[in-house]
Amino acid sequence: MTTVTLDKAGPSRKVRSMSRDRKWAMRWSYVFLTLFAIFFLFPPIYMFITSLKTSSEISAATNPWWVYNPTLSNYVELLTSNQFLTFFKNSALVSIFVVTLTMLISIPAAFALARMRFWGSTTLATGVFLTYLIPDTLLFIPLFKMFATFAQWTGIELINHWWVLIFVYPTLTVPFCTWIMIGYFASIPKELDEAAIVDGASWLQTLLRIFVPVALPGIIAATIFAFTVSWAQFLYPLAFTSSVDQQVLPTGIITTLIKGDVFNWGQIMTGALLGAAPPLIIYAFLMDYYISGLTAGATKG
Amino acid sequence: MAEVTLRKVVKRYDEVEAVRGIDLDIPDHEFVVLVGPSGCGKSTTLRMIAGLEDISDGEIMIGGDVVNDVPPKDRDIAMVFQNYALYPHMTVAENMSFGLRLKHYPKAEIKQRVTEAARMLDITDLIDRKPKQLSGGQRQRVAMGRAIVRNPKVFLFDEPLSNLDAKLRVQMRIEIKKVHQKVRTTTVYVTHDQVEAMTLADRVVVMNHGRIEQIGPPNELYHRPATKFVAGFIGSPAMNFIPCQLEESGGLLQVRVSEAAAFPIPAERVARYRGIPRDTKLLLGLRPEHLVDAQSNQSAAFQPFDATPDVIEPMGMETFVYFPLAGVQLCGRINPGIEAQAGAPLRLAVDLNHMHLLNEATGAVL
Repeated sequence: MTTVTLDKAGPSRKVRSMSRDRKWAMRWSYVFLTLFAIFFLFPPIYMFITSLKTSSEISAATNPWWVYNPTLSNYVELLTSNQFLTFFKNSALVSIFVVTLTMLISIPAAFALARMRFWGSTTLATGVFLTYLIPDTLLFIPLFKMFATFAQWTGIELINHWWVLIFVYPTLTVPFCTWIMIGYFASIPKELDEAAIVDGASWLQTLLRIFVPVALPGIIAATIFAFTVSWAQFLYPLAFTSSVDQQVLPTGIITTLIKGDVFNWGQIMTGALLGAAPPLIIYAFLMDYYISGLTAGATKG
Repeated sequence: MAEVTLRKVVKRYDEVEAVRGIDLDIPDHEFVVLVGPSGCGKSTTLRMIAGLEDISDGEIMIGGDVVNDVPPKDRDIAMVFQNYALYPHMTVAENMSFGLRLKHYPKAEIKQRVTEAARMLDITDLIDRKPKQLSGGQRQRVAMGRAIVRNPKVFLFDEPLSNLDAKLRVQMRIEIKKVHQKVRTTTVYVTHDQVEAMTLADRVVVMNHGRIEQIGPPNELYHRPATKFVAGFIGSPAMNFIPCQLEESGGLLQVRVSEAAAFPIPAERVARYRGIPRDTKLLLGLRPEHLVDAQSNQSAAFQPFDATPDVIEPMGMETFVYFPLAGVQLCGRINPGIEAQAGAPLRLAVDLNHMHLLNEATGAVL
């Protein structure tokens, strides 16, 4: 009898304490999630409120968290101004080209570094990542000098053209994307490419028909990263473009909406908010893909 | 279909020799099983045949052509992996037809081959499913289907059943045998499970430490092992080894296992063992089925002796008894009808017509 009671008491007490632990873990996570949400939503909400105000209301000493005379004039002015649309177009073009170029380089590079064992491949993989650690503030002066020399030699002027950013941004995106793709490809079971190779696939076919579909979540993560970097990059466009028609959104907003010491806050906030929209939309669409792993069922488990 | 030949094949990883000069001739249609403990070089050998590992030395020929430098895709082989390695983003049909699609076979032929293979493997209903919707056994069938549709020269199996549970393993073993009986493709099959090796193989290749210990049909390996390793590896429960010495008493050759116990060697074996120096340290090798109960084995071939089993394992159709003799633990197999109890004395009998004598130092079967 004694043993029976002991046996019953043991597990049930354990179960109760586990569920209580879990409950507390949930409560704490909600507390912190709420704090984080408030913390991170504070700036965009403030931006949104300000974007609905007139200049006079912004400078008036009223409650900054309330809009007394809501207006869409900031949105209308920005969206009908050719300047803003040019920035937007430049940003979009740069981002699309940079993402494409990055993926075209990163995916094959990561595949080679993850799967084709060749002399120095591990060192090279580490080297790729190390280049990412060099801050862009350190790189823009040498890059500027390089472009100047290039112009001297060839007569092709690279500076002050929006498209030069297409060549500059990959110095930031390619190393990081290659690095996350290496990690992702390395998680794909070795037997999967061996099976493909035995089935008669070449390296390229293995990459395109097996690795790319299987590593889609990783590729999407890398795409999101490359897009965000090229969309939000500020220093390089500030250094390499100066004419108004060659600017991208982040620098364009700053250079055209701040005149001397006059800050057009309403439009700055509107522009920043509109500029933040595309990455948000892309995140929202790709998040499901990003989270769902596609490797399930490839091998045991 | 083709024969596979290995000539002095060596695989070196830096300083370590994983495979140390293997010679193997596999004729067309044969089902060969490479078996051995982990790290014996069996998988490496298979992967060299597949072309997934470079060959450090020697030659591998498939269908008479040296393939040392031929990439896997041009060797016309198909391989089934332990963890199935199905393409997760493709359906069963797409998985099976991948190789054919790469080679631009006509659509109608692909469909016909896939249908045929699916029918053979009983996976017709699963053809539109993704791998993650399949059970382990079904996935392994698809992996086999992927190999069959290609109609390759050689099938390579790398421990294909190790991830399945015991019951499914027996079932799939039979499936594999059936498939081979139908398609008759030359097959090299790697496993660490000697039961799989015995049941599937036309010939078994026992490997140890990167070398081939013995090659032969399952029954030959079982009844006439060449080395202690093979004798101990093939068969379950394993063969018993008892330290012993040869001695002659009254013109009769006998094998003495302890002060108290000595058994006369059967007449037909005397000539074979007479030449062994009397002071050689020997091992008497006896399979459990040759250590039986005395009650149901009373013919002259059996030498009775007494033992006290300490463990009894009833298996239903047989009962295993474990008992100490001459300082070693032995396993015998008795009639399940015999009442045996742990700790109680039991009259057993040994059948020396099936005995093996081994040189303890070299491990060679004499």
